[in-house]
Amino acid sequence: MNDAAIKIVPAGNGGNGKGAARRELRISALRYNPQEPSRSPRMQTYELEEADGMTLFIALNEIREKQDPSLQFDFVCRAGICGSCAMVINGRPTLACRTLTKNLGPDITLAPLPFFELIGDLSVNTGKWMRGMSERVRGWLHMKDPNPDLRRIEERMDPDLADRVYELNRCIECGCCVAACGTARMREDFVGAVGLNRVARFRLDPRDARTDDDFYDVIGDDDGVFGCMSLLACHDVCPKDLPLATQIAFMRRKMVTIGFK
Amino acid sequence: MKIVYTDVLVIGGGLAGLRVAIGARRRGHDVIILSLVPPKRSHSAAAQGGMQASLGNVIKGQGDTEDVHFEDTVRGSDWGADQRVVRMFVNTAPKAVRELAAWGVPWSRVRKGDRTVIINGQPVTITERGEAHGLVAQRDFGGTKKWRTCYASDGTGHAMLQTMTDQAIASAIPVHERTEAMALIHDAGRCYGAIVRNLITGELVAYVAKATTITTGGAGRVYRVTTNAVICEGIGGALALETGIATLGNMEAVQFHPTGIFPAGILVTEGCRGDGGLLKDVDGHRFMPDYEPEKKELASRDVVSRRMEEHIAKGKGAKSRFGEHIWLDITLLGEKHIRHNLREVFEICHYFLGVDPTKEWIPVRPAQHYTMGGVRTNHTGESPTLKGLFAAGEAACWDMHGFNRLGGNSVAETVVAGMIVGEYVADFCDRMENDVDIPTALVHDFLRREQGRLDALVDGRGTEDASAIKGRMQDLMTGKVGIFRRGEDLQAAVDELQQLLAKSRSIGLKDRSRGANPELVTAYRVQKMLKVALCVAYGALVRTESRGAHFRQDYPRRNDAEWLKRTLATWRGESDTLPSLAWEALDVNAMELPPGWRGYGAKDYVDHPDTPRRATEVEALKQKMAGRPRFAVQQALMPYESLLPERFRGRNERIDEPIDEPLESGK
Repeated sequence: MNDAAIKIVPAGNGGNGKGAARRELRISALRYNPQEPSRSPRMQTYELEEADGMTLFIALNEIREKQDPSLQFDFVCRAGICGSCAMVINGRPTLACRTLTKNLGPDITLAPLPFFELIGDLSVNTGKWMRGMSERVRGWLHMKDPNPDLRRIEERMDPDLADRVYELNRCIECGCCVAACGTARMREDFVGAVGLNRVARFRLDPRDARTDDDFYDVIGDDDGVFGCMSLLACHDVCPKDLPLATQIAFMRRKMVTIGFK
Repeated sequence: MKIVYTDVLVIGGGLAGLRVAIGARRRGHDVIILSLVPPKRSHSAAAQGGMQASLGNVIKGQGDTEDVHFEDTVRGSDWGADQRVVRMFVNTAPKAVRELAAWGVPWSRVRKGDRTVIINGQPVTITERGEAHGLVAQRDFGGTKKWRTCYASDGTGHAMLQTMTDQAIASAIPVHERTEAMALIHDAGRCYGAIVRNLITGELVAYVAKATTITTGGAGRVYRVTTNAVICEGIGGALALETGIATLGNMEAVQFHPTGIFPAGILVTEGCRGDGGLLKDVDGHRFMPDYEPEKKELASRDVVSRRMEEHIAKGKGAKSRFGEHIWLDITLLGEKHIRHNLREVFEICHYFLGVDPTKEWIPVRPAQHYTMGGVRTNHTGESPTLKGLFAAGEAACWDMHGFNRLGGNSVAETVVAGMIVGEYVADFCDRMENDVDIPTALVHDFLRREQGRLDALVDGRGTEDASAIKGRMQDLMTGKVGIFRRGEDLQAAVDELQQLLAKSRSIGLKDRSRGANPELVTAYRVQKMLKVALCVAYGALVRTESRGAHFRQDYPRRNDAEWLKRTLATWRGESDTLPSLAWEALDVNAMELPPGWRGYGAKDYVDHPDTPRRATEVEALKQKMAGRPRFAVQQALMPYESLLPERFRGRNERIDEPIDEPLESGK
């Protein structure tokens, strides 16, 4: 009975009577492997039949299993929460795993995120960059007491403030904001909206021992908050709808105050 | 040959691995973490609902203690757990939440005053105490007597993982991302590190370490339908297995989560039901009270998943073009609650189903979710058979979950085990006799052997397709080694998995590049996954009883007389196609909570011959010590504190259980 129970009915002739013809998708992906520099970058097009509920996660895996085992891309959670699969889809950086093909035309163009080190094809090294950024902005909570007594009741925190910190903490470091950023094109050391948001998150957190002077030391220059040109693409593309424009503007005001001090 | 030396090698960069690393680093040891992916992308991030710890801050958690958490966890495990380890766990969990609070996790906090919650389908007004205002809040979860699950909205794992990674970066712990351990280096019963492949360049490097820790998470991807991330392939367990010395415990104990969205299998949190969501059938009827009048939707996961499948089998499932499913109705929780406290659920429904869960029901069906079994360790996290090899978290079986894990106990375990095992790893490295003094020739042998295996795949003349083998394995596991199991299905699965394993030894690749090559990765991993899958299927075949998540239709009763024991699997020879199984008995006479009815699910079981005597003994001791502090009674029943590292011993303070002096109230 278990075998039958898990059988997935092929779509197209399913229960709700929608028997519409399946679309033929043409997915063009940028191909380039830096390990083989002799082969120059090129676009390669794969054709496949669309399935119900098909996401780019499903489509790309089907291509790799049935057509081209060498195609490189990254997925981990495939549920829109880990940030691994950001790529440029029809010109816009976003998460591939939760992009349904039915929301796109039959011709789909995929490219790796710009700015980050290319690993191969659609795979980029966001992890390496994020760690470097985190080290530069010192992106961790600086404890007031590094050895709290764990047997004791925890320190209190205002519930609304905790919720606000959580909001900024929802960043998944997918890299879309940096890939879409005008400043990042010009300044390779720019910490990006992701970095500024991290600083804003710790600045908001009453548990962090740092002052605005400390934060000024890490983002009070053109590679930090003064590098932002307010083009706001970061805000537009953020898959988690983080209030990036507001946070950057707020941080800039705070840092200007320190700068003039 | 490139050799990297370190004190501690941690394989896997999720919550457990990071916490082990931080602990060992703070004790002054050099640590390197290997991770397939950047640590913040680990599967720990997927834990949505929360982490159990008996803080007792919310009013519905009042009266909660380690004792209640202990009993819930043991009942949840269907008495398969090691009760001493459960005690270590429940006593450390509050400390773990408090440590994470100090490190930066934005836990949701208690707000004093009235609020409306949904309990048993009805709105109820509860009043939070002034003295709890601003403390870490708890929500309700399945299989628990009190509201005990601490949470950060419904992104708890994400928030914990962010904080833990941040602190690892603060401790300057190097993470070698996009690297994969291929084999453990070992000699004469001692583990010395691993042979590691760089997934970008394909280069093999030897990492030699005093202590090696496996923290690679679960093996969900041996199944077709799973909530697990694509990297949860059970490779850590396979690495231990392939030594021929280390063992895997209870691999047949596999949890199916009631609410994977249908058909993609992506998880929506137990918090949906904990916060008041209901399961409904094709007629819109709320059916769980018919089966489980006591706990209804909030019985343990194994029980709820079985009841859902049972109800579908009665023809009561909702039909869709993908097959049958159950409905999860959270509309009664209201839009504000869903958009605020169940935001990831909202996003998942929106993006993957095109469903607005504030107005529509969510199609769900049980999906593989958790691997209770894993690398068998003792309470320190060390393998009892392979010295210097440690394991923690989902990859390990130290054994706190037995045959079923409670929701909220997994992320709690990752951190608690990380804390405890991190200390024991540091102790191990402190001891002079554990210094590494192996000849490089031995390291070279292991490296050459792994290179040879890769060469055989890349240059060989095999013709089998790696993806096809993997797909067939996943179908077999979901189809025949799933929620309901029968001897004949299991036998068929074992037979065919053995054939697949044989086939996997003659895989041919279409892409023969040695660097980044996804097909090569699938090929060597499927060889390992099949061994893990065989441990699951064969263990399930031989265990002729039902316990926790392991349910045999042909042996529906729990049988303590014959099966109150842990399965141990060893892979003895490289050419074997089956694991060797052995069993270790659980000692009823040492149990604080002797076996009985769980309080939900089947009431019918076969007692162990020692159970009545031990139950009488426990009862008599409790009577004799009536009026004494609960700590003294516990200590008399089953002493465990000496098993904990010293820094994590001691009581946990609560509003209702102050330590030493009274607390300031109402701040």
